[in-house]
Amino acid sequence: MTTTPVSVPRSRLDPEPLPRRDFLGLAALWSAGITLLFGLVGALRLPKAAVVPVPARKFRVMLPETLVPGQAFLVPGRSVAMFRDADGGVFALSRVCTHLGCLVNAAPDGFHCPCHGSRFAADGAVVKGPAPAALAWLAVTPVAGGYLVDEATTVPSGTKVVA
Amino acid sequence: MSAPAGALARFAENLRALPRTMRASVVRSGSPRTDRSRSSFVFGNLFLHLHAVRVHRWTLRWATTWGLGLMATSTFLLTLVTGILLMFYYKPYPDVAYESIKDIHFVVPTGQLIRNIHRWAAQVMVIAVLAHMARAFYTAAYRAPREWNWVMGMSLLVVTLGLSFTGYLLPWDQLAYWAITIGANIAQSPREVTDALGVTAWFDPGGLQKFILLGSEEIGEEALIRFYLLHVMILPLALGVLMGVHFWRIRKDGGLARPHDAEARLGPPDPETYPVFTQQPAKTYHLAAIVRGRTPQVARGPEQTLPSMPHLFYAELGVLMLSLLVCLALALLSDAPLKERANPAVPENPAKAPWYFLGLQELVSYSAFMGGIGIPTIVIVGLLLIPFLDRETEGTGEWFGGPGGTGVVLRAATFGLAAVLGIEAFAIHFGWIREWWPAAPQILITLVNPGTVLAAAYAAYSVWLVRRYDSTRAGALGLFTCFLCGFLVLTIVGTYFRGPNWDFYWSPADWPVH
Repeated sequence: MTTTPVSVPRSRLDPEPLPRRDFLGLAALWSAGITLLFGLVGALRLPKAAVVPVPARKFRVMLPETLVPGQAFLVPGRSVAMFRDADGGVFALSRVCTHLGCLVNAAPDGFHCPCHGSRFAADGAVVKGPAPAALAWLAVTPVAGGYLVDEATTVPSGTKVVA
Repeated sequence: MSAPAGALARFAENLRALPRTMRASVVRSGSPRTDRSRSSFVFGNLFLHLHAVRVHRWTLRWATTWGLGLMATSTFLLTLVTGILLMFYYKPYPDVAYESIKDIHFVVPTGQLIRNIHRWAAQVMVIAVLAHMARAFYTAAYRAPREWNWVMGMSLLVVTLGLSFTGYLLPWDQLAYWAITIGANIAQSPREVTDALGVTAWFDPGGLQKFILLGSEEIGEEALIRFYLLHVMILPLALGVLMGVHFWRIRKDGGLARPHDAEARLGPPDPETYPVFTQQPAKTYHLAAIVRGRTPQVARGPEQTLPSMPHLFYAELGVLMLSLLVCLALALLSDAPLKERANPAVPENPAKAPWYFLGLQELVSYSAFMGGIGIPTIVIVGLLLIPFLDRETEGTGEWFGGPGGTGVVLRAATFGLAAVLGIEAFAIHFGWIREWWPAAPQILITLVNPGTVLAAAYAAYSVWLVRRYDSTRAGALGLFTCFLCGFLVLTIVGTYFRGPNWDFYWSPADWPVH
């Protein structure tokens, strides 16, 4: 006995059923794939630390009486330069270059970066080189016997405090 | 009871035969003297059977490859052995890492030599990998059916550079600390773009990359252990797997690329060379013809092939010994550098990356994102796509093969050198946008800087070549040559002509003393 396949026109409301084995096989493949993907994404969460020990970013500093206006005071052990202008306004600049994170050195005309030649004016503005932004101004608070500088908090350029 | 003397005699007999039977149990095929035993010498050995049993005479010419891939492999094996030896004493912790390197250098027996070999083998490996890539490109060996192996080769290049970079931090000296500071901030440099677009607060891929790389906000013990893990485990494993695929695909893609008329070019085989199949093989190879798809020998007899043992293996051994000699000589002549202990308060001036990254550092000194990520990504993606865009057949397996050939390469080299020297001279003499217009928006400098101008000039030149020769291969030859010249000149400028504050100096003798 031979049977010839007959093509029956089907309506949209009566679709051809998906063979059960195909469905189960595809479902197994997809669930295995998705499981492995989720496992991988979960595993990749591990290298991203949730708690990071960060050294204290706030420190107290006393400016030397002899500091002349326009001269930078490089705080020892900190990547911060402090200034006192002629009116007694005090401000702090971060010495971390905004280009690739080297520490800029104080120069007569501002700051020079040793790594890729960026130059900054004494107020932190970029005058030369690849640095994309001005040096950050840091929050300074006058306290008894000096100033409290917070390296983690930036303030708008030009913010000065008077003790 | 049977006579115990008989058993004892047999025991003595077996004992006497021990060296022979033991050898026979390891090497089953006997000494490789006949075609048959030479073949089973290869496929009966786990380590050798990545090779084909017979290789084409074209493959064995020195000028086909100059042994560069073998040199890369040999130097990798050298770094592997010396690296494992260094792990006996190296301690990946900031408090002691520097001292342990000092111990290796000054106290550990042969420590200085092993460290020097490790360092020099790594340098030779980078050169060999780059030269091997240039060889594969210039002989058009990337073409079908070898496209995927070219992609594998590019991955191997990236992993090799990753290994070099991660190894750089481990001594924890000034050089290491500041090079990694720069490297980690290059990973962060997509911020240059997200900052300019004002979206960093919500979308900060750069910050995430740096954070994952360092495991912290700053370079410390977390960063050191991560670089160590990458250097001794993750990247070597990746390299090993990729190397396995790379070698295996050489066979599966039909051996090394050769011109279609290789046999005519080679001429008749040297009668002294044993044994080359004749042009009319007595046997037929119908079994091989049953296999569908791309197999090395379909519809082709093994004419013009030589047994891998001894012809190929002795050549490989020769390259291994040469690599060992070169690395040993360099290690005896020059010590691996070790500067002062890492000091986060005082940057090196100038702070230079390893020499093969100095071309990038030169670009980075114009724009961090474009130089460190943008242009390298464009170059690598472009290289990956070459075999899928160049579907031509002219010149496969020939040096500088393809439309235009050597002429295109020479003219592209002239153009490439002129362009890079011109733009460097201009930028060094006149400065760039920031000096002329300090308030310029950063996105303008990111898009228009000496690096991008140079890349655009090269791209325009190669598009012109494609039209001029009506061939993608001609454009690819031009572009590759241009980028090679650019890489070379930028690397030389970064290495020899940049001094303190990354200023230009004709000679280190002119550096200011301070």
